[in-house]
Amino acid sequence: MPDWISPADWFSPDEWRAVALSLRVSFWATLLSLPLGILTAYLLARRAFWGRHLLNGLVHLPLILPPVVTGYLLLLTFGRKGTVGYYLDHWFGIVLAFRWTGAVLAAAVMAFPLMVRAIRLSIEAVDPRLEQAAATLGAAPPWVFLTVTLPLILPGVVAGAVLAFAKAIGEFGATITFVANIPGQTQTLPSAIYSFLQVPGGDPQAFRLVLVALCVAMAALILSEWVSRAIARRMSGA
Amino acid sequence: MTLDVALSHRFADFALDVAFQLRPGITALFGKSGCGKTTVIQAIAGLLTPDHGRITQDSRVLLDTAQGIALPPHLRHCAVVFQEARLFPHLTVRQNLTYGRWFATDRHGTALDDIIALLDIAPLLSRRPGLLSGGEKQRVAIGRALLSNPRILLMDEPLAALDDPRKAEILPYIEQLRDQTTLPILYVSHALTEVTRLANSLVLMDAGRVLRQGPVAAVLSDPTLARSLGPRDLGSVLRATLSAQEPDGLTRLHTAAGPIFLPRINAPTGTILRVRIAAQDVILSRTRPKGLSALNILPAQVIALHLDDGPGALVQLALGDDRLLARITRRSATALDLQVGTQVFAVLKSMAVASDGAS
Repeated sequence: MPDWISPADWFSPDEWRAVALSLRVSFWATLLSLPLGILTAYLLARRAFWGRHLLNGLVHLPLILPPVVTGYLLLLTFGRKGTVGYYLDHWFGIVLAFRWTGAVLAAAVMAFPLMVRAIRLSIEAVDPRLEQAAATLGAAPPWVFLTVTLPLILPGVVAGAVLAFAKAIGEFGATITFVANIPGQTQTLPSAIYSFLQVPGGDPQAFRLVLVALCVAMAALILSEWVSRAIARRMSGA
Repeated sequence: MTLDVALSHRFADFALDVAFQLRPGITALFGKSGCGKTTVIQAIAGLLTPDHGRITQDSRVLLDTAQGIALPPHLRHCAVVFQEARLFPHLTVRQNLTYGRWFATDRHGTALDDIIALLDIAPLLSRRPGLLSGGEKQRVAIGRALLSNPRILLMDEPLAALDDPRKAEILPYIEQLRDQTTLPILYVSHALTEVTRLANSLVLMDAGRVLRQGPVAAVLSDPTLARSLGPRDLGSVLRATLSAQEPDGLTRLHTAAGPIFLPRINAPTGTILRVRIAAQDVILSRTRPKGLSALNILPAQVIALHLDDGPGALVQLALGDDRLLARITRRSATALDLQVGTQVFAVLKSMAVASDGAS
């Protein structure tokens, strides 16, 4: 990378670490929750099963709970002494609390409802008669999903992923509760903005990060719009 | 390749209870809208599990509710041509056609090139379904179904969504299919012209039940079915052989009861044709009419007389070995003193002609 676009010229090391961490956390949070998001959306849209309303409620819970409560519940569950976290640590040596991986979990949980919602809407828009036609042509249900449903919901999946990514970038409450605000380790973009605003004279730094947040959000939206259009154009036969 | 179907299913406001048999060739499932035809297709394809039923193809059991067997759709090898084509919008025509091949266990089926030639869809292959016309879509849907290597082909009103020119465009392809395949094909329709043109045999349904099953000509000219078929659909189908092209533009056909003349039919001499005559298009006369513009007048003998509740009467006639049905008024029947055995002359006002492939 030539010097003139080195991030070091634009950001202080702390600022750049926060931006890079946020991008990394959001990327993994989106990527790892995508398969589960598609599965959950499919179940909610197409299957009638016992506990469907419970699952629906559970998925949407982070949307309506105070983020700090979600963070605290994550701490209770995935903290080192938590119900799940204890075994993760002892059996697999995985610790999430106060690590950047924990920030990934917090961001994924908080972004999950938005992702599922977008994908679910696109699944509901797929004509089930196309899936029936695929079945009569010999496709078993997993193949029907992979060859018909998934390609048709691709714009919705892209939209859901971008929404989740944007939400993950901005996640603050649950993250700071679950993994704290350790510069270089768990200090994400919003946590860094918050920290700068706590120090006298930190406003210019905070403002630079606010601009970054704005740019990332806009870029994500424009990208998703562009991808969705490209897919829709291909589908309409042009 | 015989398919035995027995189904019963109860909906909130409607009960279905049918049993029939499909042999190679086209069997038409014919009846008014809402008589349960589509439910039958869905049950055979496995898209709906009926309360009770048994569907077997030779030794293969597709459904047996008594034994708790219900094969899922993808294992039934029943390809369906739906009324709305249901092509996959994200795939090209070629990918749509070959879709079923990915899943076929036996790949020695119909060759892609043969189907493309049969349905005349080569120019469409690289297009996506979104830009095809209704008729083109339906041809691709038929090709897609055939290429999935089915053991049964179900066609659920495949022409109902098309206008008349598009229908006329597709019918010849289905006729060719009928003449070239050994598949049992169930063709659901409520349009009699399609049925008489395409089908080898007919299952007549009304209000969830099978009224009659048999060869098309026999079922359609059965006067006891007048009520369920309705006055417009009741009629008869004659077999005729094209015997000569006349110099004045008419074509001469040979029937069991004598020659008939129709506007030019472009087919070689010796072609066997189906001639459909609606019962209401037949006029009866006790003497050979003179000074009449009608060309087609055949001698016939009354073999049965059925009186309606209303002012109508149905007369079943023998034309050689063929049966002809005439719908006249009860008053005329009395005036002509029609009895079983009476010799009459049948004046045929109009006819529809189709080629006769099988049987």
